[in-house]
Amino acid sequence: MSPDTNTDTSTSTGMGTDSTDRHRLSARNLTVGYHGKPVIDELDVHIPDGSFTVIVGANGCGKSTLLRTLARVLSPLRGTVFLDGEPIHALPPKQVARRLGLLPQGPVAPDGITVLDLVARGRHPHQNLLSRWSEADERAVRDAMAATDTTELADAYLDELSGGQRQRVWLAMALAQETGILLLDEPTTFLDLAHQVEVLNLCARLHAAGRTLVAVLHDLNLACRYADHLIAMRDGAIAAVGRPGEVVTPELIEDVFGLPCRVIDDPETGTPLVIPLAPNPLRQEASSS
Amino acid sequence: MRARIGMSARIDMRARISTVPAGSGRAARLRPVTVRIGAKRGRPGRSVISFRLSLRACLVIAALVAAGLVISALTLSTGSYHVPLSDVVRTVFGDGSTLDRFIITRLREPRLLTALAVGAALGAGGALFQSVSRNPLGSPDIIGFDTGAATGALIVITLIHGTAAQTAAGAVLGGLATAAAVYFLAMRHGVHGYRLILVGIGVGALLSAVNGYLLIRASENDAQSAALWLIGSLNGRGWDYVGPEALALAVLLPAAWWISRALGVLELGDDLSRGLGLRVEWLRGTALLVGVALAASATAAAGPVGFVALSAPQIARRLTATAGPNTLTSALAGAVLLAGSDLAAQQFPTGLPVGVVTAVLGGLYLAWLLSREWRKGRP
Ligand SMILES: Nc1ncnc2c1ncn2[C@@H]1O[C@H](COP(=O)(O)OP(=O)(O)OP(=O)(O)O)[C@@H](O)[C@H]1O
Ligand SMILES: [Mg+2]
Repeated sequence: MSPDTNTDTSTSTGMGTDSTDRHRLSARNLTVGYHGKPVIDELDVHIPDGSFTVIVGANGCGKSTLLRTLARVLSPLRGTVFLDGEPIHALPPKQVARRLGLLPQGPVAPDGITVLDLVARGRHPHQNLLSRWSEADERAVRDAMAATDTTELADAYLDELSGGQRQRVWLAMALAQETGILLLDEPTTFLDLAHQVEVLNLCARLHAAGRTLVAVLHDLNLACRYADHLIAMRDGAIAAVGRPGEVVTPELIEDVFGLPCRVIDDPETGTPLVIPLAPNPLRQEASSS
Repeated sequence: MRARIGMSARIDMRARISTVPAGSGRAARLRPVTVRIGAKRGRPGRSVISFRLSLRACLVIAALVAAGLVISALTLSTGSYHVPLSDVVRTVFGDGSTLDRFIITRLREPRLLTALAVGAALGAGGALFQSVSRNPLGSPDIIGFDTGAATGALIVITLIHGTAAQTAAGAVLGGLATAAAVYFLAMRHGVHGYRLILVGIGVGALLSAVNGYLLIRASENDAQSAALWLIGSLNGRGWDYVGPEALALAVLLPAAWWISRALGVLELGDDLSRGLGLRVEWLRGTALLVGVALAASATAAAGPVGFVALSAPQIARRLTATAGPNTLTSALAGAVLLAGSDLAAQQFPTGLPVGVVTAVLGGLYLAWLLSREWRKGRP
């Protein structure tokens, strides 16, 4: 990969040992907003290396905003994001893009683009004026398509694919970027349960292969099942952080989503399973049948 | 360092037809091949220059060049004084009778070269505009540039009574001022495609009214020459037009080509492109600047010729079946289109301005494009 991973610059930012030493990606004192109005206020977060971190939270609580800031797509009003110990917004964008990839929420492709063409565009940070398409590019694209099971679709037009296939193609594009850290904003939206599981299994494989993954997910039960590090957000702040089994409680869910619920053990995995409480009429029907 | 590698390296051009096994359902289309120059022995994956070459794009380029050559030969040969094709070839290569030489090298060649260069500038400029606005309607003639150029030219013609060169300068200034105005009016937390087009159409409508007023006020004589300029024409373009336009192309086309791959990434949206390491605002600004400069150079040489910037990129995209700006193919398609239109225009005994031909073609094309977009359920 790039020669510039894990530079041990002792930036005298006066932070605790936990921010930069063990975490390639972290943020300190982060205030982010649009048009000067903060959405995220004074937030500290770090992404454990090699973790599958999942961010959950209600609509509009600032998950995408956080992810975009971590990926250098959005500039914070105050505070700093650190990548490998360096302030990310001071790094050259291409260098960042070789270490960290972002798949935004609901990406749109131009009309009439083929799958292969789209995936190939993920190689942009590795190319320059002379080396516009190298063997390494070719191998990365081939591997990314094989990993996402999209090899067969190479010549298809993206507009002609199903939602699940399309999502896999976008993931292939992000994979072709070959970054150690991958940020995925709702990679499972619009997918049926089977395809959600399929995409998350793919994520789990990538995680097992050594990548650090950060994903925003809306399905709490799947989030608990796949994540080894959960970040629950409420109104632009972090409500809870930790292993799903430790942090997911009825109180937290009530607090974050305003939803009364029970939490039981997932019979498959033992991870927390969130069951919303049913209003009376539904409950009676269920018990009478 | 690079030079040393380059000298000691062998040229290794490996043609690989596919990067992945052919799809099962769909017949494999022509896949791009990887070309590597300066590969070092024993070190696969390292080469000085490497790029992807689409066979289909090569075929399209060859076909467009061939079409351009045929049109050029016909243009040089036909007219009120007919020169047989064999004589055309001899004259172009420095031989031939004095009369042929005069007709061809003094009259027809510069006009043809101006048509090709202006067409290329319009095609490439249109490709940049359409890529940045992510919309096939985002071309200089739709978003107000041409109308602004017309306002500049009309002010020079009807109020200052300037020369042709002053008219061209006025047009360029008017176009640039309009482009800048549209850009800043459309800029709110970044420039976005639809806003650029809508603001451009609005500003264009406003300037049309101004243009109409200037024409009404003008004397009959001024109005006539203004109208001729407004429609866009290649009549009487000599070598003094070819030089500046060729110079502009020599600078602007490589620049357009240079940013075109990044523009292909930009078409995936701002967030994704930033995530892929693009400096989005810088790139968009550069692309619009190069696009405006291309459009301005074309307008200075031939007036506001419509349709070419709009359609050449779409033709290129359909021929190459590739998304993205297709800058160079668009330039070729534009050159062929304009030279072909001028050839058609010259078939009329009274000598039709080329802008009339492109406007007729453009009207039909625009209607077709809009009806297609409508059927696809787009605004
Ligand atoms: N481009 C923008 N301009 C202005 N405000 C924005 C913009 N993007 C998001 N916001 C606001 O910021 C807040 C947080 O948005 P964000 O997209 O981060 O939420 P989210 O947690 O990702 O929600 P969802 O689950 O719906 O995707 C929202 O109130 C939203 O209205
Ligand atoms: Mg979101």
